[in-house]
Amino acid sequence: MIRVVLPFHLRNLARVDGEVQLEVAAPVTVHAVLDALEARYPVLRGTIRDHGTLKRRPFVRFFGCKEDLSLEPPETPLPDEVVNGIEPFLIVGAMAGG
Amino acid sequence: MSKIRVLVGTKKGAFILTADGQRKTWKVSGPHFAGWEIYHLKGSSANPNRIYASQTSGWFGQIIQRSDDGGKTWNTPGSSPEELKGPEGMPKGESNKFAYAGEVGTHKWYDGTQHPWEFKRVWHIEPSPNDPDTAYAGVEDAAIFKTTDGGKTWKELPGLRKVKGNLWQPGAGGMAVHTILLDPKNDKRIYVAISAGGCFRTDDGGKTWKPITKGLKSNYELPDPDAEVGHCVHRIALHPSKPDVLFMQKHWDVLRTDNAGEKWTEVSGNLPTDFGFPIDVNFSEPETIYVVPITSDSLHYPPDGKLRVYRSKTGGNEWEPLAKGLPQKNCYVNVLRDAMAVDQLDKSGIYFGTTGGQIYCSPNGGNSWNAIVRDLPAVYSVEVQTLK
Repeated sequence: MIRVVLPFHLRNLARVDGEVQLEVAAPVTVHAVLDALEARYPVLRGTIRDHGTLKRRPFVRFFGCKEDLSLEPPETPLPDEVVNGIEPFLIVGAMAGG
Repeated sequence: MSKIRVLVGTKKGAFILTADGQRKTWKVSGPHFAGWEIYHLKGSSANPNRIYASQTSGWFGQIIQRSDDGGKTWNTPGSSPEELKGPEGMPKGESNKFAYAGEVGTHKWYDGTQHPWEFKRVWHIEPSPNDPDTAYAGVEDAAIFKTTDGGKTWKELPGLRKVKGNLWQPGAGGMAVHTILLDPKNDKRIYVAISAGGCFRTDDGGKTWKPITKGLKSNYELPDPDAEVGHCVHRIALHPSKPDVLFMQKHWDVLRTDNAGEKWTEVSGNLPTDFGFPIDVNFSEPETIYVVPITSDSLHYPPDGKLRVYRSKTGGNEWEPLAKGLPQKNCYVNVLRDAMAVDQLDKSGIYFGTTGGQIYCSPNGGNSWNAIVRDLPAVYSVEVQTLK
């Protein structure tokens, strides 16, 4: 079971409280997790990654196990702790600065 | 008795203001979509309880929202469980998908090179007066899209970008279709305005378009002041009884046309400055128009710190200041292009919102003004529904 933490505005958009738990078949990658997330919450399509290219939106970041996974190729397997549900997969709105 | 519903888009959410026909006591609901930029909301005149909203974010992109109960509840179109399954069993959820048609193409970039069109956000949604499921969306980078299924899916009308789109170049505020006017007497005729792009008209429902810029002069904005495209048109407006008469607030200059844009004539007359953003037409008097003069393109606030709407009862040239009830000292707000609207009561009410978060209403055609609310986030857009 993958634990996904969404940022405030996407939780509101998807109408969920707290973490989202997803069943994702191996190999568990960023791409696979987002596929599963968007399948359950279609309203999130286009908000995390582009509809057509599936590229991550510039001000969205992916964190896991205290690492920034945003720049990893989306087919890279996620850390075991994330795959096993020990650590959450965080989808984060990047800092606005200022 | 009639009821008024004012739809307000702001930098941090949407607000809905309601009153009876007296327009004295107002109820405020919101923020809806708190924390999101709401560029525009507009109700369908074919079904006033249907309201479309453009919700956008620099982080999470574009969302289209729709209400079918006058703004009490909202959903992204097509988000009910039975609607979300495509033929292959996968969810569609495409109400926020704005994909340019065919080859994406390029427009002029700041450094003179060509740059691919990139969708950023919806600035304006214009519902059809005849069908609540049909609406048009004006987007940045400049293009027009259409839905015929209540906002579930959107398709571009690509003919617009074929009108020398390669020469359009974004200004500092971006390059967006920010105004869409549907001719109420001819459903094949649509006008659009594009900042730093110009003004265009279709007479075949959006297949082909032509620039309607004869008479516009942009002496300090364009190398060729009489260019066919590239003029920074801030806003256009028409009265439904006279759809061939259009009024324009350009970057500088206020103009009118009496022949559907074939030729424009400047009507700035005695305005203290002819720079500004909104322009609108009184519903009861088709030759009575309103602008909000702004100091200059470098100083986006009212002259001398005095907020004044100017009214012309002669369709331009002769203008009078309207200041009663508006701040006449230390006022340095702006009024954005989509932030003025009129109601359709016998004594037409005029409304506008400011970047300081005030919404003003004049229930008497501009003679005097009252603030409905004063401390909203910066106001992007104001629309009014007159409910019978």
